Order: sequence, then C-alpha cells, then structure tokens
Amino acid sequence: MVGCGPLTFLPADLVIINGKEPESLDPVIINGQADGRIVSALFEGLVRYNTITGRPEPGLASTWEISTDRRTYRFHLRPNLQWSNGQPISAQDLLYSWQRVLTPASACEYANILFPVQNAESFHNGTIDDFELVGIKAITPNTIQINLSEPTSYFLDVCCYPALAIVPRTPIETHGDRWLLQKNIPTNGAYQLVSWKLNDCIRLRKNPFYWDHKNVQSETVDILPTSNASTALNLYEMGEVDIVWDKELVPTELVSILRQRSDFHVTDFLGTYFLRFNTLLAPFNDPQVRRALALSIDKHRLIDKITGAGESVAPHFVPPGIPGYDSPSGLDYDPEEARQLLADAGYPNGESFPPIDYLFNSSKLNEQIAVEIQAMWQEHLGVKTVLRQLEWKSYLQDQSNINYGVSRSSWLGDYVDPQTFLDVFTSNNGNNRTGWENTNYDGLISAANSEVNNAKRMEQLREAESILVEEFLPIIPLYFYVSMEYYDPKKVSGIFANIRAEHPIRSIKRIQPRDRDH
Amino acid sequence: MRFFFRRLLGIIPLLLAVSFLAFTLVRVAPGGPFDRERNLASEEAERVLREKYLLDAPLWKQYIHYLKQLTHGDLGNSLKHRNHSVNDIIAQGLPVSLLLGTMAFAFSLCWGIPLGCLSATAKNSSTRMLSDSTAMLGICVPALVIGPILVMTLAIKLKWLPVALLTSPLHFVLPVLTLGIYYSGRVARLTQQGIESTLQSEFILTARSKGLSEKTILIRHVLPLGLLPVVSYAGPLLADLLTGSFVAENLFQIPGIGVFLIQSSLSRDYPMIVGLVLVYALILALLNLAVDLSYRFIDPRIRQR
Repeated sequence: MVGCGPLTFLPADLVIINGKEPESLDPVIINGQADGRIVSALFEGLVRYNTITGRPEPGLASTWEISTDRRTYRFHLRPNLQWSNGQPISAQDLLYSWQRVLTPASACEYANILFPVQNAESFHNGTIDDFELVGIKAITPNTIQINLSEPTSYFLDVCCYPALAIVPRTPIETHGDRWLLQKNIPTNGAYQLVSWKLNDCIRLRKNPFYWDHKNVQSETVDILPTSNASTALNLYEMGEVDIVWDKELVPTELVSILRQRSDFHVTDFLGTYFLRFNTLLAPFNDPQVRRALALSIDKHRLIDKITGAGESVAPHFVPPGIPGYDSPSGLDYDPEEARQLLADAGYPNGESFPPIDYLFNSSKLNEQIAVEIQAMWQEHLGVKTVLRQLEWKSYLQDQSNINYGVSRSSWLGDYVDPQTFLDVFTSNNGNNRTGWENTNYDGLISAANSEVNNAKRMEQLREAESILVEEFLPIIPLYFYVSMEYYDPKKVSGIFANIRAEHPIRSIKRIQPRDRDH
Repeated sequence: MRFFFRRLLGIIPLLLAVSFLAFTLVRVAPGGPFDRERNLASEEAERVLREKYLLDAPLWKQYIHYLKQLTHGDLGNSLKHRNHSVNDIIAQGLPVSLLLGTMAFAFSLCWGIPLGCLSATAKNSSTRMLSDSTAMLGICVPALVIGPILVMTLAIKLKWLPVALLTSPLHFVLPVLTLGIYYSGRVARLTQQGIESTLQSEFILTARSKGLSEKTILIRHVLPLGLLPVVSYAGPLLADLLTGSFVAENLFQIPGIGVFLIQSSLSRDYPMIVGLVLVYALILALLNLAVDLSYRFIDPRIRQR
C-alpha cells in the first residue's frame, strides 16, 4: 500500500508520478511543468487552467473586463475568498504576489511574462524602485486593474501561469526561503500541503476553504518524484500508482510496444526539438550554408526510426494547434538543392568545409539523432560532423556562451500563443543563443505586440516565423514533441488531452478501488 | 584512551582538508548552479541570486564564510532546492540511508562470512565450487544489473515482494539484497583468503598436534585471525553502505542521500556536494577509527604491543 514517507501506511486516494523532484513549490522559483502542476494545486491565480482545454477560465477572479484598446484589464475577485486558514483573500494579496515576482531579489525565472505590464520591466531591472508606478493597482479590496503597455492578446493565458499565483504574505515574510517547510501554510488552491519530503513524497489534502471545493475530486493525493523510467513503469504496472505523466518516464526502448496499449496516451505537445546554429561563426554565418544543412536532413527518418512515439515532423518552429495561427510551410527535404546551395556557397561536394562541431547533452535519444544527422550531412553534402556530447550543465554553458557550431536544443511553450516561441529569437532575448539578429524580425514581433486585431497580429507573427524558418534559418526545427502519459481511463477520470498537457489535479479521481492483484 | 582521543582530534584537520578540496574542486567544473535551458528573466536577477549565495566573491572569501557557517554546524543552503538547507536534506535522507545501509551491512556479513568459511574449509569440491561461484557472481554482477533482475523475478513475476518504495518492512528486502550481494561476495572472498592463510600458520599446526578438533581450531583460533581482513574492510564497507547508493535509491525510489550526491554534482549544487562529502568523510574516518580500535580486541598481537 502506498503512503507518504518511509514506513507509513496511510494510503492516498490518488497517487501520481510527476517526474523529477520539484526544485521548489514556491511559485517564483519553479522552473518547469512538473513543479507547476503541484504549485497550481496549492496556489491559484486570477484565472486557472480549464480541465478540458488547458486554457484560461475564471479562478480567484470570477469576472473581468478588457478595454477596447486591450490595454486595461479589470479583474473582480470572487466575494468571500478565503485562505485555507480562514483568513480573507484580497486584492492586496495579488499586489504582493506580483510585486514579489517582479522583485529582482526573488530571481523569478518567469518574471518576464509580466513585462507587458506597464513599467514592470523597469521595476524588475531596478530602473524604478516604486512599485506604485507599475501598472498593477487595487481599485477596491476586490478589484484589480492591470495596465499593459501593449495590447498583449495572450495576457489571460499568462495569468494562468503558476508563477503568477497568489501567495500568502505572512509566512513568506516571517520565514523567508523556508516558508514552504512550515506546518499548515495557508493556501488558496484546491489543496493544502500536508508534507513535502524531498525525493520521497508530496502529500496534498483537499482545502475546504477553496472556492470550488465541491468540485475537487480527490480528498488526498500523493505525488511521487521519480527519475527512473523503469521504476515508474513497474509501480504503475503493479497498481501502486494511478498516473505517470512525465514523458521522460517512458522507457525509450518500450515506446513502440507501449503505444499499442489503451492506457498509454500520446498527445501533441507545445514543444519543439530543434538545432541552433552559431551564426557568428563561419561557415554558419552564411544563410545559404544553413539552408543547405537544413534541406539535407530527412526529418521523417528521425521520427520513424528514432523517436517513435508518434511525434510529427517540424517544418517550422511553432507547433501546430494554436487557435488562429498557421505557421508558414517551411522547407522540405531536398538534398539536390542542398548540394547546389553548398556548391554556390563555395563548398562543392563539401570540399574545404570545416568539420561541424555538433553540441548535445548526454541522452540516448540525443545521441541517436546526432549520429543520424551526422550520417545525412556526410551522405548528402560530404560534410564531416564532430559530435560533442556534454553533461547538462557543461552543455548549457557552452550553448549560452554560443560556443558551438550546431547545438541540439528544445523549447517548450509557456502559454498557447506563437509568441512564447517566436520571442526567443529576437535580438536582445537571452534565450536566443545563436548570435542571430534581424531587425525585420524584431520589428514584426514588436508590431504584433502592439496589434489589437488578432487576425492581423497572427499574420505578422507568421511573417516573422517565415523569416526564421524559410529565409535566414538560424535554427532547424526537427520535430514537435508529444506528451506521454500512463493512466487507465476505466480507473481514473478527469484527465483530458490538450496541447499543454495541463491536467489540473483538482479534477482527477480514481473511479475504481485500486486493484491490488493487477 | 590517549590513542583514541589523538585519533579523534586528527579527524578535524582531515575534514578541513576534505572540505577545502571539495569546495574548490566542485567550482572547477564547467557551468554553474543557475545555468538553465531558459535564462533567468534578467541579468539583474542572476546577479542578485549570485550575490545572495556569495558566488561572485573571491574563492577564499567564500571558503572562509563557509567555514564560519560550519563552526555553527550550518552546511549552507541548497542551490537547487532553494527552500531547503543542506542540513534539512541530510537530516531527512541520512536516517534512511543509515537504516538501509546497516541492514545491507548485516546481510553482507551474515551471508558473506559463512560463505567464505565454506569455501575455505569445504572438503567436497562441488560444495566448494558452488560457494566460490556464488561469491564470484556477487562480485562480478553490478547492482545496476542485479537490482532490475531481482525486481523482475521476485517482484514482477512472482509478486512476492514490492517493486519499489519503502513503506513496509517487506519493502526493504530487495534494496538490501541489491546493495548487499556485491559486498557479501567481497566479504566471502576476504574471509576465505584470511582463513586459508591462517590455516597455514605454525600455531595451527601446534593446535592440531595438541589434538584439538578441527571445529575448535576453526572457531577458536582460525576465525579471529582469519577475519582480520574482513574487519579492516568493514570500515570502508559500512561507510559506503551508510552514505547511500545512487543505484539502489534510484531503482527503488528510496529517499536516501545517495541520489543527492549524484544529483547535486550534476546540478552544481555546491553547498550540497561539499556537505555530503563532509558527511561521507566523517563517517569514513569514524569507522576507520572504530576498526583500528576493534583490532586491539580481536588480535592479541596488537593488544600486546
């Protein structure tokens, strides 16, 4: 029987394997979806993720109005909102929480998602000290007005993000970094934190003061951190856990077998596996060369032969499935043209082309892809590739210092909008890491930010993406990720496939008693 | 007694040296704790963070600061799990590793010593071969292989034991076996060698000529000396087992400190690595001291000196 902690015997109503141990459960510190899923169960923001679509729906705010220029949002908190200790929640709590996100001392990785708010960036950079000047105001104890500097049409999606959840001021100010280790910390989400033991278990219990507590499906939930794919599968197979929802926890060698099963779920995901070019380094500073290298990769072979979980080929950078947005068609596989382009660039049959320094972080999958691409470039272009495999942190250092020729990369969207992808390659974005700068591209992204008309905005973004993946190619998109989960729909209810793989824990329930003799 | 205190004091400079080496060496590795796939929101944020954890100060200053903390028993804050101090993490994980390690240690001795005795004394060549190969198998097959095999057979196929986690006494069986089989093989080999060489000593010949039975000779005279290699090995063995094992903890989802040693190195969690290395060094030093003391009781030759 599964319970929280060594030698305890209290079974939970629902047991989930969530991936690696979260770095933190503090909304300002979290750095990934695994952390975010638990944080969202504890702390809610103005809006929350809808169980079915993964898109925003009313959370602590029940209604809101958006001005016609889309620069002013007015949110109304639900009446009588309470923390799990019975204390009232007010607009001041939101002000405190968002100020905390923007304060440089919090070092919040996601602070930039609030930068569309007036003066937020200046406050974060320390140019202004007075939070009064930032466009976040409490109009009444229950009303919050947000002024944006640009009509950021994805702002509601941003507000769902767990980093922007409302957090309790008193314990944070009293205990500093250790506030989450205190007993009975006040929460405002569907759950309270009962215990948090690193690498062991996180136990959640339903919060009776949650505004929507009637619809919270499981009384207690255990979340197990696991980084071993076989262990996760074994625990699931033996009926010890109900759900495994981290794609890293699917043994790669078993994917093709698991895909046949009715309790293995594969869904398109908002993430892209791609290669970065060091555009500051010859010969990759020549767009012709980058294009030649891109045209000579048979992406279908990668997903058929290597990844095998139902991923789709990425002709462009933004994954499909974002409402209202159509990516440009991108480049096809065309080794003939690639050879010609390389010859035109001065390297006929790859002669005198320097060996490509291909950087990737250690993993079986990355290695297989690297070897495959190495072979394709050799075969089609006569170009040599030297594979450079590094462990995670060394890899990240070389990538962010642009110390590579070609670097294996990935990007996951934070919200359902093309900008969460396209912003990355603007000139001054720290995540660009290719050295590529293009004023047209920057101009289009910035114009899209100011555009009120959504159709027009999507057109501008499409044009920008075309510069990125059809014209200049500082990157080669290879394939779009899928999310992979195990759960038996006959035993577990409340999980719906969506592109963000957002499955709020509050809606999930085990419908059948756990089968001990599975 | 004086010997004991002198040795005990000797541990302090040892720990200082270890802490200095660990402190400087981990910082040589490329990349830092705050390097991410996604940059922090601004350079200002990263600067504030590095300042908070004193990462930009000169190394000697950082080290002096660390030593000051250390005198208060404070191993600093984890840079990966920023809500937790290194003390929190060790306090939570060490008892689990200690419990599991002690059990694996007991298994290694209880299984390894009789196995070694059997190998050394068996007259029957097939018995000898069986015990020899059992020991060799333990040594040759790493935990990384033996663990999954045990899970596959005993837990998944036969359903006798749970596949992972530590929620009941039964849950300890597979991790203890996974950890202990290798060491029991080593213990068996050491026991066998110890006994075989002791059996050739002159005083055994004397004992035999006095007409003592083989059983008495073995238990009274051979074992105490024959086990000396095992005793000296027991220190590092126990230290190894007590400080946790990445393989077993990862495979069985056990919240010990072995996993952290690997994870913190990979995530460049400097205070966490140094803290764990210090704990490891302290345990090792204390156990070696215990081994040296125990010699005085076991080996009459040392006692007389």
